[in-house]
Amino acid sequence: MSVALFVPCYIDQFYPDVAVATLELLERQGLDVVFPKGQTCCGQPMANTGCTADAAPVARRLVELFAEFDQVVCPSGSCTAMVRHHYEDYFPAGDPTYEKVRSSTFELCEFLADVVKVDSLGVRFPHRISIHQSCHGLRELRLAASSETRFYGTRDKMRELLDKVEGITWAKPQRSDECCGFGGTFAVNEADVSVAMGRDRIADHVAADSEVIVAGDMSCLMHLDGLIRRSGTPLKVMHISQVLMGRPLLTHSGNLPQSTIPCN
Amino acid sequence: MSTTLPLPVVNSADGGDPSGTPQRRGESQLPILPNHGSGSDHNAPPHREHPAMAKDFVANVQRTHWHDGALWFVRSKRDAQASAIPEWEYLRQCASQIKTEAIANMPELLVQFEANAKALGAQVHWAIDAEEHNRIVYEILQRRGIVRMIKSKSMLTEECHLNGYLEERGIEVIDTDLGERIVQLRRETPSHIVLPAIHIKKEEVGETFHEHLGTDAGASDPQYLTEAARGHLRGKFLHGEAGLTGINFAIAETGGIVVCTNEGNADLGAVLPPIHIASMGMEKIIPRLDDLSVFTRLLARSATGQPITTYTSHFHGPRDPGSEMHIIIVDNGRTELRQSETFRSALGCIRCGACMNTCPVFRRSGGHSYGATVPGPIGSVLNPATDDKKHKSLPYACSLCGSCTDVCPVKIPLHHQLLAWRKEFGKRGLLSIDKTLPMRAASMLFRSPKLYNLAGRIGRAAMRTLPRAVFVNRFNMWSRDRELPEPPPESFSQWYAKNRENKQ
Repeated sequence: MSVALFVPCYIDQFYPDVAVATLELLERQGLDVVFPKGQTCCGQPMANTGCTADAAPVARRLVELFAEFDQVVCPSGSCTAMVRHHYEDYFPAGDPTYEKVRSSTFELCEFLADVVKVDSLGVRFPHRISIHQSCHGLRELRLAASSETRFYGTRDKMRELLDKVEGITWAKPQRSDECCGFGGTFAVNEADVSVAMGRDRIADHVAADSEVIVAGDMSCLMHLDGLIRRSGTPLKVMHISQVLMGRPLLTHSGNLPQSTIPCN
Repeated sequence: MSTTLPLPVVNSADGGDPSGTPQRRGESQLPILPNHGSGSDHNAPPHREHPAMAKDFVANVQRTHWHDGALWFVRSKRDAQASAIPEWEYLRQCASQIKTEAIANMPELLVQFEANAKALGAQVHWAIDAEEHNRIVYEILQRRGIVRMIKSKSMLTEECHLNGYLEERGIEVIDTDLGERIVQLRRETPSHIVLPAIHIKKEEVGETFHEHLGTDAGASDPQYLTEAARGHLRGKFLHGEAGLTGINFAIAETGGIVVCTNEGNADLGAVLPPIHIASMGMEKIIPRLDDLSVFTRLLARSATGQPITTYTSHFHGPRDPGSEMHIIIVDNGRTELRQSETFRSALGCIRCGACMNTCPVFRRSGGHSYGATVPGPIGSVLNPATDDKKHKSLPYACSLCGSCTDVCPVKIPLHHQLLAWRKEFGKRGLLSIDKTLPMRAASMLFRSPKLYNLAGRIGRAAMRTLPRAVFVNRFNMWSRDRELPEPPPESFSQWYAKNRENKQ
């Protein structure tokens, strides 16, 4: 069985360790993982701006690229949701290639929790952490039950995985799943509101005495970390793949300095 | 007409905008468009897009936190109520299905409702748009020489700008809902469909009442102020010659209408004067009396976190042979919305306002930032249907978090509809070049892995080597308040090529 790694563009360019950690995490589960060449972007920025014609060719080349793989795994709820729920505009109804890619594309946490059914991780992360529930993972993929509705059960797939890491202590922000205000191009189109939302989230995590915010989407963390670093707030951010690999607490931003990336 | 609050306005006379909005100078070769600048022939303030309106609101950090906290408190009350009912999600599903049925059969149901309402003695009028609605109300009043009308909360009459229409014709209109009375006295518009004065602090209400109702200067005790309003309104009720109410639900099967309020003002307004006018949007129709319980269980819980509104009043025709009941059924764009497969489910909205209370943007930007009668997520879906150019910034006043969709008691897929509007704007050619050009460029980049990798390499190198001011300046809306990510020397693709492909 071949598992393809689907790496979002901003992770590829700015947060390579998130992709490395994802790759290693999957390999540690005994999976044969490949990173298909030629990946760029899922097309979400164009689609969410309303530029359908610009999104279409990008979406089609992604589907083509992943069509041959049994499973596609992506360390982002938002990009996964894009492929799973928002590609209808770009393919004829029932298009078999798209349907195949749609049904075989998984967000990292749901893949580990539901498909691989991870038993143990064998890592330690001795820190006080808080979860940021990224909206698309939460409300488009239902990785956990949202605070608004209990219909989708009470599971929390991120939490289930993090519970397998030793040494974690928990900090709970008051608002369990409020949006951080990133929202893709929203972050610049509505910069004032976006920044206000981000600052409120950070204050909530700080008040909960969190040491590090952990999320399934690096894009939310890129926004939050940008605010944290600008204000000098003593709080770190890490992608869940990095915590599940037991990476050391990062000194700054979500990016591990290249020199410390382990090479097999 | 709405009046603008005396908020501090950025003085742009010198051409410099300290807010960081790029303003070009020295472009004298560009023609000056005739409609811009001061000598505009419109009395109304120029329509400003959501980001600019939101900026004013967010600038007051304390007030933004206060507003956010007030609405989050309501959202939390809603959560407590919703989670106390085991069948909550089943109720939402039922409500969604009933509304789907009602929207599908709307013409037949409205005709059935008309016949049954007439049989109960009500007079039923049909209005194609806001103008016709206002004219019908005016004619009813004029025919009887009525100059004083009391009105309970009706967002439809706000949508139709009825108050201004009647006041221009010499009719005094008194809003009797406390929140609406407060905004009316302040010559403002409601900022929220359920909590019209949620943007006003109690101290400010005290000032308004001191000015208009003669309450003690500096008073801010809600009990004292509410009692003063009550005394003031009681007189207005007794002198009202006609009463207008909204309609929450119109039941096709019975011809009855249902009005839900917390203050009882609709009841006084409907039963004290001899004439009761009830205005409804076409979408208020529900097929059967049995359906009502689904909505009464959802409405107040979603809206304010109460198990039920204090008053749920049923009206079946005029109360006695000496009085009249008029029901005005208003279209005003609803038929057109009903034609749209993508947006028609928005007609299921029961105007609970839960999407506003939960919206992280609404809570921080205030209802007035939407520049429309119905603000928030549902407003951002409905308003572009009536004027796409004017309201095209609204579907972008959204981070697509989806919280609105999850609280909606009738399961309108609000955030997906907001996304659908963006695509619709793209199709209609309404997107500005500052949206289309970067996306066109991004699309070119993402279609070519070579170009993408090269651009990434150059971009990251530039970020590492060029002076900080190149990337962090007031024109960069990301880095104005946020640090940029720290660019690594290698992308993941490069790392993979080095560390994995070479070793295979």
